[in-house]
Amino acid sequence: MDYFNETIDSLHKKLADKEITAQDLTKDTLQRIKDKEEKLNAYVTVNDDATEDAKQIDNDGIKGRLSGIPIAIKDNILTKGVLTTASSKILSNFMPIYDATVTEKLKNAGAINVGKTNLDEFAMGSSTETSYYGTSHNAWDYTKVPGGSSGGSAAAVASGDVIAALGTDTGGSIRQPASFNGIFGIKPTYGRVSRWGVIAFASSLDQVGVMSKRVEDSAEVLTTIAGHDVQDSTSSEKEVPDYRANLNKDMHGIKIAVPKEFWHEGTDPEVLKTVDEAIETYKKLGATVEEVSLPTLKHAVEVYYVIASSEASSNLQRYDGVRYGFRAKDVKNIKELFVNSRSEGFGDEVKRRIMLGTFALSAGAYDAYFKKAAEVRTIFINELKSILDKYDLIAGPVTTTPAFGIGEKIDDPLAMYMNDILTIPANLAGLPAASVPAGTVNGLPVGLQLMAKSFDEQSIFNAAYALQEENKFYEQIPTALKEED
Amino acid sequence: MISKEEVLHVAELANLKFKDDEVDGFVSQLDDIVTMASQLSTVDTEGVEPTYHMSDTTTVFRADEGKHTQTREELLENVPEVQDNLIKVPSIVDKEDGE
Repeated sequence: MDYFNETIDSLHKKLADKEITAQDLTKDTLQRIKDKEEKLNAYVTVNDDATEDAKQIDNDGIKGRLSGIPIAIKDNILTKGVLTTASSKILSNFMPIYDATVTEKLKNAGAINVGKTNLDEFAMGSSTETSYYGTSHNAWDYTKVPGGSSGGSAAAVASGDVIAALGTDTGGSIRQPASFNGIFGIKPTYGRVSRWGVIAFASSLDQVGVMSKRVEDSAEVLTTIAGHDVQDSTSSEKEVPDYRANLNKDMHGIKIAVPKEFWHEGTDPEVLKTVDEAIETYKKLGATVEEVSLPTLKHAVEVYYVIASSEASSNLQRYDGVRYGFRAKDVKNIKELFVNSRSEGFGDEVKRRIMLGTFALSAGAYDAYFKKAAEVRTIFINELKSILDKYDLIAGPVTTTPAFGIGEKIDDPLAMYMNDILTIPANLAGLPAASVPAGTVNGLPVGLQLMAKSFDEQSIFNAAYALQEENKFYEQIPTALKEED
Repeated sequence: MISKEEVLHVAELANLKFKDDEVDGFVSQLDDIVTMASQLSTVDTEGVEPTYHMSDTTTVFRADEGKHTQTREELLENVPEVQDNLIKVPSIVDKEDGE
C-alpha cells in the first residue's frame, strides 16, 4: 500500500464503500513505513497501537472524510501515550499525558496517528541533521538532506508512506522540506492554528501546518486543525473556511507581486529558471505579475536569528531535569542538576541558539540586539504589508538551492542559517505561506513559494491548485524510490 | 567581538557548561553569528516601535473556573525521581563546599 495515486477523497471512498477496512489500511501503512525506515529514517516512533485505533474506527463506522485515514505527526506535537521527543535527548523518555489541540482535532475527525516524524532537535535546523535520532533522508536522493526541520514529515509524504503529515514552521520548517521533497506544504497565518501542546521554540513565530502531495489534501487537513482554542490565547477567533470546498483555480484578475530581492545572485540560476516558469504559467492562466521591492530582506536572517533564539532561550529554560525528561546522574546539588541535565541533554545547535538568545537578552546587549531586531522586524512587516495592500500574492523561490548533501553544511552554522532567508519573511510577519512543487533541477525537486495576506490561506490554496493542475507534479515518483519499487 | 569570558558568562546565565576542548570552537562560532547580527545596527530604526508578539487579539478574558485536568499520578508519570508522591531533587543547599 502506497499513497502515490491516492487522495483523501479516493481513500475516503474506499473506506466508506468498505472496499478496505481502516484496520487493514493502517496495517499496510505501518508495514510500508517499516520497510522504508532503514533508508529514510523519517520517524522517531512508529505507532504500533495505531492498528487498535483503526479497529475502533471500523467498529464505530466511517463517518467524516478523515475517518480511518492514517496521518503522520511531527515529533514536537504532543500525542497522549505516544512518545514525544522533539528529536532531543532531553525529551527522549517523555510520554505526554495530554494531546495537543491539533492532535485532538485529528483524532476527533477519526484520523489515525501512524507515527511521530523526525525533526531537527527542537525544530532548530534546516536538514534534520541536528536530530538526536540521526538524519532523515531525502526521498529523491538518499545522499541528500530532506530539509528541515519537518524533514521526517516531508520524506514520509514524498515516499508515499502517508497521505499527509503535520509539520511546524518557525522560519521555513514546513516549506523548505516540502520544496526539497517535491510536495506541497503550508504554514498558515500566525494564530490560525492552536499552539497548545506544541513544544515551543519561538512563540511569536511558531505555527503548525500541513504537508501532502496534493494541495486539496492539505486544504482539507488545515480546515480540520484550524480555529480558536481557549488554551491558546493567540489563536484567532476568525471563522475557518472550508478551504477544500472553496478551491478555485481561476487565476484571472489575480495580482502577483514578485520581489526582485528574491532573485538574488546567490540563488542557483536553475532554481530561478524553474520558479520563472511557474510564474509564466500564472501569466498564461490570466494572472498579472509585477516586480516589487523588499529592501529589508537583506537583514531578515539577522532579525530572525536574534528573535527566534531569544524566544528559544526563554522557552527552553523549562528543561532542567526536575519534572520530566532527561536527568543527569551523580550531581551534588540542584544547580549542578540543572546545568548537567541541560548540558548533557541538549545538542550543539540547540546550545548555540540558547547561547545567542541569552546573549541577545542580557544586560548590555538587549537594546543593540533584541530590541533592535524587534524594531527592524516592524520595518520588514510594513514592507510586506504595503505590497500585500496592492497584490493578492507574493511569489518567489522557497530556497536558494535544491536539497544539499548530508554533511555538506552542518559544520558551518552561518551557511545553514542563510538557507532560511527566503522563508523567514512570512514568519516574521505572521503571514500564511506555502511551497508548491514547480519542477526539478538535476533530478531534485524545487518549490515555488506563495505568500498571502493574513488569514487569506484560500488565495494560496487556489493558486497552488492552479499550478498543480497544470504541472501535475504529484504524478512523479521520487527517483530513489522508483529505482527500488 | 565576543570574548571567551563573555561566552562563559552567558553560559552561566543559561545554565549550560562546555568542556574545555569545545569552548574555543564555540566562541568562534558564536562570534561569527553575533557579528552577523551586528549588521542590524546599520538599519535606521529612529521612531520605529518594536514588534514583540504577533497576536491579533488584545486582551483575552475567560471565566475563572476550576477544572479537573490531570491527576497527581499522571503529573508524576514523567518525573525522573519520585518519593512519597513528591518530586525528588538533590539538596538545594550545597553541603560539600558550602558555596
